[in-house]
Amino acid sequence: MSAQLAVFFILAAMAVAGAVSLIVQRHPIHSALSLIVVMAALAGLYLLLEAEFIAAIQIIVYAGAIMVLFVFVIMLLNAGVEERTSLSRTAFYAGVPLAMFLLVELAYRVERASGPMAAQPSPAAATRGLAMLLFQDFAFPFEATSILILIAILGAIVLAKRDV
Amino acid sequence: MNALFARHAILLVSMVKIVVLMFVLMTSLAYLVWLERKVAAHIQGRWGPYRVGPHGLMQPLADALKFLFKEDTTPAGADRFVYFLAPFVTLSLAISTIALIPFGPGAVQIFGQRTPLVIANVNIGLLAVFAITSIGVYGVALAGWSSNNKYSLLGGLRSAAQMISYELSLTMSVAGVLLLAGTFNMSEIIMAQSGYTWGFLPRWNLLSPTAPQLLGFFCYFVAAVAETNRLPFDLAEAESELVAGFHTEYSSFKFAMFFMGEYASMITVSCLATILFFGGWLSPFPQTAAFAWARYLPAAAFGIAGIALVLNGLRYSTAWGRVMLPVMGILLCALAGLLARPGSVDFLQGPLWFVLKVLVILFVYIWVRWTLPRFRYDQLMGIGWKFLLPVALANIVLTSLAVVLHK
Amino acid sequence: MVPISYYIALSAILFGLGVTAFVFKRNIITIFMAIELMLNAVNLAFVAFSRALGQLQGQVFVFFVIVVAAAEAAVGLGIVILIARNRQSLNVERINLLKL
Repeated sequence: MSAQLAVFFILAAMAVAGAVSLIVQRHPIHSALSLIVVMAALAGLYLLLEAEFIAAIQIIVYAGAIMVLFVFVIMLLNAGVEERTSLSRTAFYAGVPLAMFLLVELAYRVERASGPMAAQPSPAAATRGLAMLLFQDFAFPFEATSILILIAILGAIVLAKRDV
Repeated sequence: MNALFARHAILLVSMVKIVVLMFVLMTSLAYLVWLERKVAAHIQGRWGPYRVGPHGLMQPLADALKFLFKEDTTPAGADRFVYFLAPFVTLSLAISTIALIPFGPGAVQIFGQRTPLVIANVNIGLLAVFAITSIGVYGVALAGWSSNNKYSLLGGLRSAAQMISYELSLTMSVAGVLLLAGTFNMSEIIMAQSGYTWGFLPRWNLLSPTAPQLLGFFCYFVAAVAETNRLPFDLAEAESELVAGFHTEYSSFKFAMFFMGEYASMITVSCLATILFFGGWLSPFPQTAAFAWARYLPAAAFGIAGIALVLNGLRYSTAWGRVMLPVMGILLCALAGLLARPGSVDFLQGPLWFVLKVLVILFVYIWVRWTLPRFRYDQLMGIGWKFLLPVALANIVLTSLAVVLHK
Repeated sequence: MVPISYYIALSAILFGLGVTAFVFKRNIITIFMAIELMLNAVNLAFVAFSRALGQLQGQVFVFFVIVVAAAEAAVGLGIVILIARNRQSLNVERINLLKL
């Protein structure tokens, strides 16, 4: 059990625990905090995979901006504890065993199919390589996403604005 | 025993560095509060803490005891888990950024291992610091929400919105430095600022010959003051507004954690400003033979401070002060003598210049707080989005133009 | 050395948990968060494959997925705010008719 394997299992356990907690918690703010834990664990896994720029971007953008947006909306809308209706209770007791079976089957099949794929030596200076790819080969999608973000900003403002 | 050390040497060495740095950070946090109260007092024409120990030097200890013994209340109806989590998140994130900051050039020998003067020299050091500060927004927002208090909620949401708005300008104002240095690694950013233009002007990023980062530093400083919720941007937590903002319902040790978290993030941001714009641990004097006397300046400064303490102490009002202050002065003179020895004078140059620059920036921070009036919230958000963001973008454009033309 | 298939299995597990949360939760914001969890699981698979094949195109795609997720979260939460304002409830069982 090398140190890398131990770190992988700790981070994987943290991610799965966070995801299970997302499902089990009754208040949406606790679900949001669990999702932040999952994202932090995933950032650690990206560091283990030597994708350091993506790890930093995951924390800055995903955990530090998108989840802040979720938390703000939950606080502003004063979302309360989830109510339990008869429909949701049936779905829960009937569906959870099926979901567990689906998960285990999926993971087992995926692991069998790919086999123990070894990792090739990663390209050094991933950040520089990523920048080269992003600004040369993928320059058009890059500019297109910037227009996409502009449209999203305008859309969000128009949707959530109060007519004064 | 030596075999055990050899196998886990990295872990032990890192632990020693962490313990030393934590001790230094906690002490300087406490005495930063003392410095702020003294500077504030002198700006306002009064003495400040004077009685608790000579010149109020025991004041941080008294404050710590007060925080420990105050009653710790939890408001009724508060979400307990989140209420306990919020100050913990704020303080731990504010302190953990100090692990990424390089304090000096050379290497120290601990347990026979040569290790650099930084706990974690990661290749994305700068990006990691920004990642940690962007998670710090949660401490504020969750504290405001979990207190079950409408004023806390409003204060927390306002504070969090302010922090994420200025975070954008903060990260963009640093892009000019990245263009000049070409790497996120903090030690390499400092090394890219070594050298002296025209033989005597240090090649710091503020005065860089390719693209002087004056606009970038101005943008960074304003965004940093707003990011750490300090005056003139502290409407969300000021005393006369919204009770006390997001930390209204927190008492004793949890409030102390918020308090320490604010000062720790101030120290972090100042250390970052030193590294990015003022050359980190590089000396402002050229390393030539004509300036060899400049190497003894830190030791000389300690010596002068020691003598001043002795002279002040001999005429102090209380008897305790008349004994303690001269003793501290003599200790400082002895330290100066130790520093001036040929073995240590070069080794300690880096950290001492770094600490001096950080202290200057912290002084400007405190000075700005006690001089300028507070901004209203809509003025604050207007500055963040309509003024600072375009200035940061203009800085990026100009710097990239200058870098391309220089090549 | 961690075999890449372990990362892929973890990604499958997280995706399955995201689907479970999407199907079983009743609060619309929690359902939205389950979508983000699924996107994160896919990101992990991309980065793992990028490392296995030694190419950086996987990481470029992760970059774009994160950007698109940000835009989608912004617009989606705007719609959620409108729904909450008009129907005074965040329960999806109450939002199943076009009539208010």
